[in-house]
Amino acid sequence: MKYIIAIIQPDRLDDVLDLLTQKEIHLVTVSNVVGRGRQKGISEVYRSHREAGTLLKKIKLEIAVNDEFLQQARDAIVQGARTGQTGDGKIFVFDMQDCQRIRTGETGPVAIG
Amino acid sequence: MTRDRCMKIGGVCLAMLGCLPVVARADEASLGTSASALVSGISAADTVWVLLSAALVMLMTPGLAFFYGGLVRRKNVLSILMQCFMMLCVISLQWVFCGYSLAFGPDLGGIIGNLDWVGLATVGMGPSDYAGTIPHTAFVIFQMMFAVITPALIIGAFAERMRFSAFVVFSLLWTTLVYDPVAHWMWGKGGFLGAMGGMGAVDFAGGMVVHINAGMAALAAVIVLGKRKGFPNTISPPHNLPVAVLGAGLLWFGWFGFNAGSALAANHVAVSAFMATHIAGATAGLVWSILDWLKFGKPTTLGMITGAVAGLAAVTPGAGYVAVSGAVWIGLGSGIICWLSVTALKAKYQYDDSLDAFGVHGVGGIWGTLAVGLWGTKAVNLAGVNGLFYGNPIQLWLQAKAVLMTMVYSFVMSLILFKVVDFVLGLRVNEHEEAVGLDLTQHREAGYTLLD
Repeated sequence: MKYIIAIIQPDRLDDVLDLLTQKEIHLVTVSNVVGRGRQKGISEVYRSHREAGTLLKKIKLEIAVNDEFLQQARDAIVQGARTGQTGDGKIFVFDMQDCQRIRTGETGPVAIG
Repeated sequence: MTRDRCMKIGGVCLAMLGCLPVVARADEASLGTSASALVSGISAADTVWVLLSAALVMLMTPGLAFFYGGLVRRKNVLSILMQCFMMLCVISLQWVFCGYSLAFGPDLGGIIGNLDWVGLATVGMGPSDYAGTIPHTAFVIFQMMFAVITPALIIGAFAERMRFSAFVVFSLLWTTLVYDPVAHWMWGKGGFLGAMGGMGAVDFAGGMVVHINAGMAALAAVIVLGKRKGFPNTISPPHNLPVAVLGAGLLWFGWFGFNAGSALAANHVAVSAFMATHIAGATAGLVWSILDWLKFGKPTTLGMITGAVAGLAAVTPGAGYVAVSGAVWIGLGSGIICWLSVTALKAKYQYDDSLDAFGVHGVGGIWGTLAVGLWGTKAVNLAGVNGLFYGNPIQLWLQAKAVLMTMVYSFVMSLILFKVVDFVLGLRVNEHEEAVGLDLTQHREAGYTLLD
């Protein structure tokens, strides 16, 4: 079992979710986050004062998958989120110790998805 | 002709209020012999218009609260709303207690009103020297809303770092010692600047009394309080621009009462002022947008609403004295001048006029008050003035003198009052409180929750 955290551009979210659904990966948690990386981003202007904000709006996806779905999940995220520009984001993959479905009490791979 | 028609419409409106005859009879019974004074010379239409205008002007203070509130950070939104509402409560009481008497009461040497009308004693329901066709108390109500919003305008300068207690004390002192006298100079009978026995400068609805006055106090605040921590580079952008746009919309709406209501009658001057107000606001909003577009490549929402407010502030002193063409010029000038003051002047000197109370209201008011001396014309208002472009250059000089005196008095007095309150109470929250935000530290509340 793997746990994926992906940071992507906000405007790529819909495409990534579509592709995940196509690959029958439904379990996903989405958050609004701010963060920074190498990307400079779009500066905003307020009453003629240019804000060079160091923290940029991003979307964080958290996805738990069984091992056989890992590659498909990564493909979906890359395919949906990649524009080729700086700031497209990152995918982090962790080994996951266990998973439990609260309703039934099932644990392990069967509890995912 | 227009007066008759207005009276008929006003009369119909009043008659529609079914309870009115009962109320009128009760009044007659309780007022006894003064009941005849209640009727003679009072126009129902004018009274309706002034009362409605007073309600419109009252709405500007909550409007200003949202305009300013949207521009600060999340952690300070309530502090702004609270300060504005506090003015509604405190200054209204100050006004009926002594403010009205100081500003409009029987003259003492052209400088201030005396205390004959403290507690509104002998003010009553008859006509007054200030407005011959409405009950004197209606004029008191209308002017009360001006006294409320003026100190509220200053909030924009010291936003996000002023202690609430110090704010209340300062505002009360400022209204009593700065606003009330300056209102008397310009508008009080016998005031030394104005047209009722003074040198003949004019201010139709408060470009000088309200906007320059508050704007100079704002500049004093900025100097005494200093910058917010992080200014100018690490202050977060406005936390809720849609709320600021709503606030600006309410201000614009209320401004019709502010300016057109200042005709104090439902007549052609009110109509002319309404038109001038709207056109100047529209022009300045457009101009600011175009300047943003040229300089930064995009027209900004904040720029447009700021421009509109600058235009509305600038047309305030001349609303009932200028023609539509004058209003366009005033709007155009305020759009350019206020944009420069916020873009270039503030950037150059790096003073933290947080929400541009000086840059928009002060500068807009100065421009607008001078502009009456350029575009004023008796063609729209026989009781008004002709400006330079209508053959009367001396008016520009009178306007300039009045502007200068108000600027100096307001700035110096505000500086002194800020220093005194700072010495006695401390003006500024400590660094920790500033970082946590005024909502939590001054009011033990939060504007927004994270969950639910």
